[in-house]
Amino acid sequence: MSQHESVNNGNSFPEIKEIVTKVSVNKTPAMMILQAIQFTYGYVAPEMLERVTELTGIPSSTLYSIVTFYAQFRLEPIGDNLIQVCHGTACHLAGAERITESMVMETGAQAGKTSEDRLFTVDKVACLGCCSMGPVITLNGEVHGYVTPEKVQKVIKERRECCVANGCKDHDHTAGKEATVSE
Amino acid sequence: MSSQYKVIVGMGSCGIAAGAKKVYDSLQDTLNDGSAKLVIGGCMGMCFAEPLVEVAADGKRVIYGRLTSENAAEIIAKHIKTGQPVMESVIWSEGLDSADANYFNKQQRILLKNCGVVDPESIDSYMSHDGYKALEKALKTMTPEQVIKEVEISGLRGRGGGGFPTHIKWTLAGKSAGPDKYIICNADEGDPGAFMDRSVLESDPHRVMEGMMLAGYAIGASEGYFYARAEYPLAIKRLRMAIEQANQKGYLGKNILGTGFNFQLFIREGAGAFVCGEETALIMSIEGKRGMPRTRPPFPAEKGLWGKPTNINNVETYANVPAIIFHGGAYFAQYGTESSKGTKVFALAGKIARGGLIEVPMGITLNNVVFDIGGGLQGGGKLKAVQTGGPSGGCIPAELCDTPIDYDSLKKIGAIMGSGGLLIMDESACMVDVAKFFLTFTQDESCGKCTFCRAGTKQMLRILERISEGKGKSGDIELLEDLATKIVQGSLCGLGQSAPNPVLTTIKYFRHEYEAHINDKICPAKKCKAFISYEIDADKCKSCSKCAKGCPTKAITGAKKEPYVIDKAACIRCGLCMSACKFDAVLVTTGSGRGE
Repeated sequence: MSQHESVNNGNSFPEIKEIVTKVSVNKTPAMMILQAIQFTYGYVAPEMLERVTELTGIPSSTLYSIVTFYAQFRLEPIGDNLIQVCHGTACHLAGAERITESMVMETGAQAGKTSEDRLFTVDKVACLGCCSMGPVITLNGEVHGYVTPEKVQKVIKERRECCVANGCKDHDHTAGKEATVSE
Repeated sequence: MSSQYKVIVGMGSCGIAAGAKKVYDSLQDTLNDGSAKLVIGGCMGMCFAEPLVEVAADGKRVIYGRLTSENAAEIIAKHIKTGQPVMESVIWSEGLDSADANYFNKQQRILLKNCGVVDPESIDSYMSHDGYKALEKALKTMTPEQVIKEVEISGLRGRGGGGFPTHIKWTLAGKSAGPDKYIICNADEGDPGAFMDRSVLESDPHRVMEGMMLAGYAIGASEGYFYARAEYPLAIKRLRMAIEQANQKGYLGKNILGTGFNFQLFIREGAGAFVCGEETALIMSIEGKRGMPRTRPPFPAEKGLWGKPTNINNVETYANVPAIIFHGGAYFAQYGTESSKGTKVFALAGKIARGGLIEVPMGITLNNVVFDIGGGLQGGGKLKAVQTGGPSGGCIPAELCDTPIDYDSLKKIGAIMGSGGLLIMDESACMVDVAKFFLTFTQDESCGKCTFCRAGTKQMLRILERISEGKGKSGDIELLEDLATKIVQGSLCGLGQSAPNPVLTTIKYFRHEYEAHINDKICPAKKCKAFISYEIDADKCKSCSKCAKGCPTKAITGAKKEPYVIDKAACIRCGLCMSACKFDAVLVTTGSGRGE
């Protein structure tokens, strides 16, 4: 443990202490703590798990077993823009594969990965539940329906220009969580 | 409030994605003169015509469809000013005889009665539509046994797909020793292609909560949990609001309506694991662990959440209960068939002209749904198959679509009722590709506990992959069938037991397509990349260069006034050129050796 403590020395990730205090009133809070961490930081790093262990006594192996089981948890930080391409059945039939391909081409990020310039993370996800509007993507939590490769080019170009001009500070990085759904 | 007009904007996730929020904002500016009361509504069901706005006055309802933020304000203002609907934008009104207005004719909306009608963010709105009357009736005039009896009379069966009689579950949980018991609502709608539960939670959250409270009263539980998909942020937000409002009004908390009944509701968010739709895995997940199923018995009714007796139903099952208690079980049982009573909500999607959220009496045929409600196929295509039950279900070929929708008829033909996803496929769907799609999903979502599910689905997927890559061997179909049977037998939970269904049904009804892939090396639907090639029709090509600009491998070359050409050696057959071409000049062909 001493090695871990030297990494964390109680000062890194100050929000985790608040989260643990707030969430631990629930029965069996492990998953809720991790969800709150993911929401706060956008990902869950191994050091964060160790901090939770220090604070709660929940073995880090247990925490690790949870974050590797559920698709929602990310172990690496995401890029400035998070794109989810829906690969539910309706979207698959409507040509989701083509949308992912053009997304990969436009952003430079492989599916499931972040682009080298760290501007975009592209994820293939299971159903987003907007099946009658397929193919569907979300861009920083906003749902876009009836997407075409052309639309992909357009949104990514806009997003890229906006990020380069404004230093990427004007949009929600924790997309998909509390983010509002809008066009 | 003085106004007689009420303007409702359909603001479910789909509506918002289609631009309903902008429409709402534009109406807010126009209607702030007090000429009408503007409210938020849930899903009106006609997803194909979003954004939707309803104008209601004196009990007369008019629904406008396909509005935009540019024209909505003008149309609605004109209607209110003149008192006359602007007919060219009306999509539905009482007695209107138009192509789209018959969308509701064969539907029977009991559960969805309030969807798009009540304001999902207001408990008062729900209460003004008989909300919480069933709870009041049960708490004040019925015993828990009588509540269960009404559910038994209704014939309600689990709407998550399994079809287990609800009253039996409740009776078992009721008989288990208390005092600590739990109610769980399975809102982990994981089937790709299904959005019934999301729509109901977004549109009428109090109805689901009331159903859970009635279940709580019936089995003697005082705590309930929603296990909701994290991918549904709007549903979770509206549930939170609804729970808070119900607490304020005294429908949740201690001594509800002065009857001594205590009940509280909590929300747990899922974290993206399909297997957590299985009840024992779901319980593990609420307990904050990896969501892995365990053997049953003991069933959750005896030993569930934190080892206490627990009743689990899905969103739709609970949402049916208030109407059953309020009107009596016989009211519900008048609809449907002998063994499948009541109505069922479906999410109609895929290549359908009018996709959306529908509620139909059990026993209606698939053809009725596809053609009478859905208006046939998109772009006038030909029906090839209907897929029910998502990754656990089956593909039903067009020739069997006169099958009535009920638990037993669907089971007989190898499909299942499932939770309510109905995917309509036209001739462009390759059945090997569809089977591969579902297997990719289940293989990825297998929790890994059972060897047959973990390793078997992987092997099945490998075989499907090699078939679709042109490397299929004779005997592969039989091997798939053999593996499928063993996975069904050797898996602990519903995921593994049903994972082979899409493969088995596509082999059963579309075996010739598998054979075409394996023996003739062609993909009849021109979908599988290994068997197709793209070329440009020189006569149709206008040399606009759109295809070349969008080609990821720069395989397309050409010059002004000359037709463009695809270099087949460099082409990766992504099809982006085909999407880009405005003149239908990109052709796709299939045949032996095409993909090499």
